[in-house]
Amino acid sequence: MTAQSEAAAPIRSARAIVWTRRSAAFKRAFKLFWSETEGKVGLLLLLFFIAVALLTPIIVGPDALSVTKAQGQPYQPPSLDYPLGTDQFGRSVLSLIMWGSRVSLIVGFAAAAIAMFIGTVVGVVSGHFGGWTDTVLMRIDDWMLTIPFLPLAIVLATILPRGILNIIGVIGIVSWPGTARIIRSQTLAVKSRPYLERARALGAGNLHQMSKHILPNVMPLVLANTTLTIAGAILTESALAFLGLSDPLRISWGSTLDSAFNNGAVSQEAWWYLLPPGIAIVLVVLAFTWIGHALETVLNPRLKER
Amino acid sequence: MAIQLDSIRPEERFASGRTLGPTSRRHRYRAARLIIRRVIGAFFSLCAVVVFNFFLFRVVSGDPARSAARNRHLSAEGVAHLREQWGLDKSKWEQFTTYVGHLLHGDLGTTFIGSQPVSSVIRDAFWPTILLVGTSTVLSTIIGTWIGIKGAWERGTPFDRVSNGTSLTLYAMPVFWLGIVLLMLFAGNQVGLGIFPTGGIADADVDTSSPAGWVNVLQHLFLPCLTLTLAYLAQYSLIMRSSMLEEMGQEYLTTARAKGLRDTVVRQRHVVPNALLPAFTLIFLNFGFVISGAVTVEYVFSWHGLGWLTQDAVSALDYNLLQGLFLVFSASVILFNLIADLSLGLLDPRVREV
Amino acid sequence: MSLLETKDLWVTYRTSEGDMPAVRGVSLTVDSGQTLGVAGESGCGKSTLIAAVLRLLPKSTKVTGQVLLDGEDILTMNWRELRAVRWAQASIVFQGCMSSLNPVQRVSKQIAEPILLHEKIGEKKAMARVGELFEQVGIPASRMHNYPHQFSGGQKQRIMVAMALACKPRLILADEPTTALDVMVQAQVLMLMSDLVRDLELGLILISHDLSVLGQTCNRAAVMYAGKIVEEGPSAVVFGAPAHPYSSALAAAFPTIGDQRFRYAPSGLGGDPPHPDDLPSGCTFHPRCPVAREECSTVDVELWPVDSGHRAACVLVRDQERALA
Repeated sequence: MTAQSEAAAPIRSARAIVWTRRSAAFKRAFKLFWSETEGKVGLLLLLFFIAVALLTPIIVGPDALSVTKAQGQPYQPPSLDYPLGTDQFGRSVLSLIMWGSRVSLIVGFAAAAIAMFIGTVVGVVSGHFGGWTDTVLMRIDDWMLTIPFLPLAIVLATILPRGILNIIGVIGIVSWPGTARIIRSQTLAVKSRPYLERARALGAGNLHQMSKHILPNVMPLVLANTTLTIAGAILTESALAFLGLSDPLRISWGSTLDSAFNNGAVSQEAWWYLLPPGIAIVLVVLAFTWIGHALETVLNPRLKER
Repeated sequence: MAIQLDSIRPEERFASGRTLGPTSRRHRYRAARLIIRRVIGAFFSLCAVVVFNFFLFRVVSGDPARSAARNRHLSAEGVAHLREQWGLDKSKWEQFTTYVGHLLHGDLGTTFIGSQPVSSVIRDAFWPTILLVGTSTVLSTIIGTWIGIKGAWERGTPFDRVSNGTSLTLYAMPVFWLGIVLLMLFAGNQVGLGIFPTGGIADADVDTSSPAGWVNVLQHLFLPCLTLTLAYLAQYSLIMRSSMLEEMGQEYLTTARAKGLRDTVVRQRHVVPNALLPAFTLIFLNFGFVISGAVTVEYVFSWHGLGWLTQDAVSALDYNLLQGLFLVFSASVILFNLIADLSLGLLDPRVREV
Repeated sequence: MSLLETKDLWVTYRTSEGDMPAVRGVSLTVDSGQTLGVAGESGCGKSTLIAAVLRLLPKSTKVTGQVLLDGEDILTMNWRELRAVRWAQASIVFQGCMSSLNPVQRVSKQIAEPILLHEKIGEKKAMARVGELFEQVGIPASRMHNYPHQFSGGQKQRIMVAMALACKPRLILADEPTTALDVMVQAQVLMLMSDLVRDLELGLILISHDLSVLGQTCNRAAVMYAGKIVEEGPSAVVFGAPAHPYSSALAAAFPTIGDQRFRYAPSGLGGDPPHPDDLPSGCTFHPRCPVAREECSTVDVELWPVDSGHRAACVLVRDQERALA
């Protein structure tokens, strides 16, 4: 890379120039994002939940999860001592929700990360190389998209031993095909741009083209898509947990609902036990959806009219 | 192939809606080829699912005989006997061919619990699911599409804001949780209204083939159907709204308005038909979402359909049953995608050419 | 009485960032059998002007002034009268290569649509007229039941012309009708339009950023910059001997093939046209004007006569006029 110099400015490496340009672009994008109410509310809401998840061990000790150490009466409605009432063992529902946030969020993030990683690699490789690679990969992708995702997740989660890592893997595997499609079409759009041709003319190899040119331009879309994937992953985890397929040793919002449903909370009309986990899920999913919308608007101002 | 045009009156010359000449025959030929190609593609997808299914349950999951044995409390000899009975001692390839052979005869194996033929167990649960999913899909498509169209056309109005916000919120909900909430609301006696039953397809002593029986079934159908309808409706209205907004930005609408057409006419004649196309495809392609919703909702409401059966199979680790169910689910989605593909070809003249 | 006369037409877009004036006090006239060309760079307000004539702008847009079609003000008409005017009195030729045609409807149906709307004739007669229109624009009528994607760019543009003629209007507004076409097809379409104007005694307003197109087809021309008319007159004069610095620059930017000067000295004008929400004070052209004077940043001049039928909005012209007076 040749160093560039300007008339009065000191000589800077090309890397430094790229960095300044990128950070300026990032600052601009963030300002735009922040000006969207959706984005602002979504981000704040998400940060709130992340804070809750991180601080729970400190605020609420692990004892709150212990069945034997439970101090309340079973199925108590909300009171001053127990703001969200108690479960069938007398544990505080509020503590259950707070502890549940950790697993729900971790599974959401991790599963989405796997899905995004696989999806991005497949999408970029498929779009960049074209030809047979593209055909084969997209056939597989097409086929995976025709398989209904929840039955597939259920099947996978059933035959594999129960555990949080397996759940993360299962959701990740079920979620990557959608991402791959989107990344691939964006790769195709980027491929036709002139600077890629220039890079090729300069002798850039495939890996260099993909990592240094295609990927940075595909990244913003990847980001916007990730938020929506995380939302989907959280919903899928809750469904799997509700059906009894999650890690029995860990508590998540879905497993709380499973526990509630299967222990008579409905006939007890223990709304304080059944409503909060769902509301928490809705809020987190909405937060991610809003963030995703705001990101999309930043990337494609035309969408602002919607 | 010159046609003597002057001898025909102008009205007659231009009245037909079809292109003249040999091109129509060529089109029909191409259309047939397209249909055949799509059907073959769907068939191959199905084959891939069969292979995948086998791979999952025989290869990945280890020893099915042992899992079955867990449920039946068999001795070591019993397990060995089962293994032999199911041909698990043969090579994987032989097992596969046997499996496919059975499949072609409609034999999906026997359930681990109760040792019933999987195919008949599935058949019994088939119609309740069709009833539930079918009713919900029809209702949600009609209502959701209408809401989406109106919301997009009146963008920014209170109707749009409320409907869009509601759809987004419903879409963010776990479907089964919505079911639980509605269950408490309508079926509960203290907090709720207590006007609907809490589960099952019909009360135990009711004859479901009688008209009175039908009413009873409908009573039981109401809540799960409402749950699924709301969940699907949210998605469909979002899709339709988005498609409408996309269409409304098109330039040919300015042309239509410039011709002097009234706004409502522009909407009915130009925007909606064009917006329905991509929306319609998306809705069909999301059939996997429909099935996924049904699985959890049937469980919540003890609606003895395929979804409820799935949960049963999961908790009992009944691999044979699960394998059969997975095949049925995948096959139905593949079928729906095929219908969507072919219908789109019928409706969109641009696609017909390809 | 002129066929079309706009008087002090102002069009302001209302956006979340404030008001953006796209057309600022435009007064034009077009008579039957006459062609007026409107030239200018992208964003100068030409398309907005045309859309304003038939009130096709979004509801939030503010339109003031008068648009007189045969003496009647379109801007004050109620919706029923306006819809009757649309297409039957004045029609628009949009850029056909873009998505101005409904892609999933047959072309015959789209052309017949305004006919059936505005006239009380049956579908058979309407289809017969569509066939005649096709022949008029030089496309075999046997193809009229095809879909838009089955036609080439040039054919689609001619279809737009045919559609514009469907209800036998008196005035046609053509918005960049030849921009996406190659030169040969462009010539055909322009010739078609000139012939129609002559044979049917239509009034035609032709918008383009391509001066050669305008010079060929129009007898009068107007140059727009930042929403204002800066020069108008007979097209030969406006393009051949322009009085306004912007018109000169515009004309100079079009190279004469074979002329050696253009080989080595591309004579484009630096800078960009101003954004409507950030207009320069005084004469909006002064930041880019090669002969700008001090007063140009404060004084915005009206159109001053240069010759008979030729006016330009520049202080130079005003001073010249004053010197002669």
